[in-house]
Amino acid sequence: MAARAEKVYEKGMGQDGGKGETAGAAKWYELFSRGARDWLRHDEKVREAVRANLPEIIAGGDVINGGARTVRVPVRMLEHYHFRLRRPEESQGAGQGKAKPGDVFSAPGREQGQGEKGPGGRDEGEVQLLLEFKVDDIVDWLWEAMKLPNLKARVGPSEETDWTREGWDRHGARSRLDRRRSFKELVKRRGAPGATPTFIDEDLRYRQLARRRQPAVHAVVFFMLDVSGSMSDRDRKLAKTFFFWVVQGLRREYRSLETVFVAHTTEAWEFNEPDFFQVSGTGGTVASSGLAKVREIIDGRYNPGRCNLYLFYASDGDNSVSDAADARGALGVIAADACFTGYVEVSSGLSRQLATETGKLFAELQSAGCAAGSYALNDFEDVWGAVRHFFTAESSAPE
Amino acid sequence: MSDAWQSYVRRIEELAARSGLAFHPVDFEAVPDSFMMEIAVYGLPVRMPHWSFGVRYIYQLIQRHMGHSRLFEVVFPGNPGHAYLAESNGLAENILVTAHVLGHADFARNNLLFRRCQAQVSEHIVEHAANHARQIQQAIETHGAQRVEAALDAALALEQHIDIDQQLRRPRYPEYLEDPRTHFDDDFRKRFAALEPASAASFVEVKKRAPVPPHPERDLLWFVANYAPEMESWERDIFLAVREESFYFYPVFASQIMNEGWASYWHARLLREADFIPQQAYLDAIKCHSDVVRPVAAEQQVALSINPYHLGFAMWEKIVESKGLAAARAIMEQDDDFGFVRNHLTRELADELGLFRFSARSDGQVKVLEPDLTALHEAILAPKYNFGAPIVSAAHVRNDGTLELTHDSATDARGLDLERSRKVLDYLQRVWRRPIVLTTVNQAGSALELTAP
Repeated sequence: MAARAEKVYEKGMGQDGGKGETAGAAKWYELFSRGARDWLRHDEKVREAVRANLPEIIAGGDVINGGARTVRVPVRMLEHYHFRLRRPEESQGAGQGKAKPGDVFSAPGREQGQGEKGPGGRDEGEVQLLLEFKVDDIVDWLWEAMKLPNLKARVGPSEETDWTREGWDRHGARSRLDRRRSFKELVKRRGAPGATPTFIDEDLRYRQLARRRQPAVHAVVFFMLDVSGSMSDRDRKLAKTFFFWVVQGLRREYRSLETVFVAHTTEAWEFNEPDFFQVSGTGGTVASSGLAKVREIIDGRYNPGRCNLYLFYASDGDNSVSDAADARGALGVIAADACFTGYVEVSSGLSRQLATETGKLFAELQSAGCAAGSYALNDFEDVWGAVRHFFTAESSAPE
Repeated sequence: MSDAWQSYVRRIEELAARSGLAFHPVDFEAVPDSFMMEIAVYGLPVRMPHWSFGVRYIYQLIQRHMGHSRLFEVVFPGNPGHAYLAESNGLAENILVTAHVLGHADFARNNLLFRRCQAQVSEHIVEHAANHARQIQQAIETHGAQRVEAALDAALALEQHIDIDQQLRRPRYPEYLEDPRTHFDDDFRKRFAALEPASAASFVEVKKRAPVPPHPERDLLWFVANYAPEMESWERDIFLAVREESFYFYPVFASQIMNEGWASYWHARLLREADFIPQQAYLDAIKCHSDVVRPVAAEQQVALSINPYHLGFAMWEKIVESKGLAAARAIMEQDDDFGFVRNHLTRELADELGLFRFSARSDGQVKVLEPDLTALHEAILAPKYNFGAPIVSAAHVRNDGTLELTHDSATDARGLDLERSRKVLDYLQRVWRRPIVLTTVNQAGSALELTAP
């Protein structure tokens, strides 16, 4: 586009000083904006820069707005650097107006954009951009950057075929005639559309369908969150950020992914997603109550033989000691049906490295040969480590 | 292009010629506002692509949406000159702008700095720049956008670092040191050589290679293009293209006050003398004129910047009034902003215009200083020193190809902004492809070395 536009201009310039375009023809600058082209390139550079630092930028949970398919990242405009003098403590300048020697006033922001008038007259204040990224793109980049494996479905048909449009052909069902395309063929054949265009069979183009195989299995992810009194707001937010990226990662694999949110203290409840992270409870931690709830939902709604189950559990690990046997039992039953069970220990401030009641439960599960994993999540910086840990663990877990 | 305006163009041109303006013909073209804005951003109607222009473009868009700026015309000197007028201009504005453009055309044809630079760049910079854009487009097709962008990052970062006193098409340094035996220009040496030819002959037996560069070289674009150890020829072309455009930009930059003032003086005067302009159009045009040459301080009591249109206009009025038009024309031909402001901004005029000098602390506190005419001149001119850039020269190329750059911190009175300088070195390193060392001073004034990589 760029080259063409400029060549047109060149021709104009050469022949008649750039002024003699034919009356009806649009000027090239009406069809093409160099400013917009270079602006897009700037945007692309910003995106590249953001992409390079993506894990750090988006691990801070603030960018995730519940349920939306995009995240927003505030960025500064890029600067094209030139040699410049150090900004002095005290600078001199010339002004105009009614001012006497010795007058003192404050002019905040004068420093900005002053004295930077180069040949192109750059005089720029600070502008912030809010770039919007598609979550799907981000997840793709991340999986690429972190070299995360794709998941393996355990049950169900590993692939499903589907019909999609693909290409054109000269023969086909009448209903799939592509009129626009056919007309183009007619124009191509005749050189230019005449007064009475007549189609011949060679012109006709039919849309074709092709089989496309897709990994099409159903999966359900259970997110279980401990909301007992010992879980702080920050802990919940950590868990939320982790869950968010887990869902994104699983969505890459499964066309239909259902999520179930269960919160528990000594009792357990099922929530919808927005409410789930707002919930806080009081009282102790009885993991088996939550696990029982999960079991109940599985039995009621899902057939483990037909869909892939995932369970992710976030807790600070302080399960009541008396619950150990019940929890072990319940967990064992679920783990037998699930593709993977994961445990994140969110304990901001304390890094206990999984030496907790709940931690032990999952460690036992893992050593018993189940597909399970655990990770201690102490800070937002750990989120990526956790995501990576689970997705690598999941794919290498025994089938 | 409206017919009404078209008929005025000829008459204004005739009037201008009768008033003593001598200009090359100017092609006028009315273009959409969006394109006007692009011309202002790029500085040329067609110019090489680079993302930094995109940044300026967005700032311009924001400015325009906030109603801060409006562009009436952009004019490119040459033979013929090209003037782009905004389509949104009214008839009165176009009449004013036409007269203004002729003032610029007169200036560009007669001012020595413009003439010198045009003699180098030719009178067809618009076409040359379009040609550069096309070459660079071809380079992108051949070598890929990323590599071309890396070269442009470096070249455009150094766009102010040229030496205007050198030729545009400058020969490389002499390969060898001059043989001292050829220095027989003074009598003593001649007599000495005549006395004892043998000892004179043994003076220097071998030719010595000249160091590169033989003296600190400020023409960085040229130096890199010619002496980078591992640069591709298309990268050198990009550096030289940027350099040529800088040669075009320099006089525009270094005589802005004079040039805009001159054009404003003439649009005001031609309008006054043009009896063929209808009353209403005249009034509208004068209103537009007063908007353009209004001091920044008109609305506020005090402004910390000076409108070059206003300052130049006021100075030219004063000069023509006190010295006559012939003397004014002589000044217009010979000066640039430095001479113009230093020689012709008098104490009385500075007082009349309410110009003052201030010092600003980094916390935003501003203090008005005692009047001092010389210091006021320098305060106005300081942003224009050395094309608005710190004085950085290439000092030496080591045997391993390491480039040594030095910053003349004594002249610039302080050191470089380190963070930015480092980034510039990074840009440059990608085309120089050997280490680069830059010396400047730190806050305390002691020497400091930046290196890349």
